[in-house]
Amino acid sequence: MGNLLIIAIGSALVSNVVLSQFLGICPFLGVSKKVETAAGMGVAVIFVITLASTITILLYDFIMVPLNIEYLQTIVFILVIAALVQFVEMFLKKSMPSLYNALGVYLPLITTNCAVLGVALTNVQKSYNIIESIVNGFATAVGFTISIVILAGIREKMEYNDFPAAFKGSPIVLITASLMAIAFFGFSGII
Amino acid sequence: MNKYMERVTNGLFKENPTFVIMLGMCPTLAVTTSAFNGLGMGLTTTAVLILCNVLIAALRNFIPDKVRIPGFIVVIASFVTLTQLLLKAFLPALDAALGLYIPLIVVNCIIMGRAEAYACKNPVMMSLFDGVGMGLGFTWALTVIGAVRELIGAGQIFGFQVLPEAVYEPVTIFILAPGAFLVLAFLVAIQNKINLNNEKKAKAARKAAAAKAE
Repeated sequence: MGNLLIIAIGSALVSNVVLSQFLGICPFLGVSKKVETAAGMGVAVIFVITLASTITILLYDFIMVPLNIEYLQTIVFILVIAALVQFVEMFLKKSMPSLYNALGVYLPLITTNCAVLGVALTNVQKSYNIIESIVNGFATAVGFTISIVILAGIREKMEYNDFPAAFKGSPIVLITASLMAIAFFGFSGII
Repeated sequence: MNKYMERVTNGLFKENPTFVIMLGMCPTLAVTTSAFNGLGMGLTTTAVLILCNVLIAALRNFIPDKVRIPGFIVVIASFVTLTQLLLKAFLPALDAALGLYIPLIVVNCIIMGRAEAYACKNPVMMSLFDGVGMGLGFTWALTVIGAVRELIGAGQIFGFQVLPEAVYEPVTIFILAPGAFLVLAFLVAIQNKINLNNEKKAKAARKAAAAKAE
């Protein structure tokens, strides 16, 4: 249990996907203009990453290892993730239209979110077992949500601020992210 | 020959994937802790990009339009796996330095972007040079970012001590995560500044021309 807690805190806060591993930068910079959309993206990411890390670790442990085809992991994982996102989209559209309308726009974007593939590969690289992988996936996605929602909150406030014209757009967002990354260093002591 | 060179310079400057279209941000930020890592990542991506562009351009009339994206993904993932195994065998030091980010080339938007925007509509040779241009554009951008971070963060460039240790106290934060965001922010801001100045000049020139006409 303690082991799982360490993994969870480690991947959600200490080595935050976005701020210290640089995975999922595109949605982090792209959909962080408003807190609402950022939270929507965060929920969609939590959903997909948890599901994806569960399925990929099961595939790896029960099919790829017995068949000795571990070297195909990149190809298999990316195809599984792409198919999974499509499948989740169709399933939600059919059976949970309200959730689909809330997440709709963000789901296809997640296929290109490198955090999903990154988590699947990390699980294998660190040889986590099935439970550890699921916890790691969930915690990583929660870490993503935390950082994107905070960034969106800051950007909403920043909209009315006055700063040099050259810094408008992505530069000021990157500087904000940099300061957030420094703040997240504070967590490195807890493990 | 000219149209091929045009493709190369297009990727190097006009449509530079990192500074102009801002694609492939994850590896740009993650592996640029030193100029050498940036260069290694850039060249690895270039190799994958050229191979993918060539194969996809060659197959462009055979891949059905409806399943082209999964088709591209398989091609890209295969070449990435190939490259990863080759690096592991022949350049283990680079493999260790780049680690997780080599398999993650699969989801680098530059490669998918070029496949979708260029290679699937153009002949093989043109796509090859497009891959060379885009790849090298990515490489120089990564090397520059890496060099800036290494210089400020460790006082070195490509591992050589540039700023003498006795005088210069390295600002370690630049080779850590926050430094990546900060350096990129300033590089983009400098570019914005140049663009703004050019616009201003163009406007002033137009005004002067209009005044003359009156």
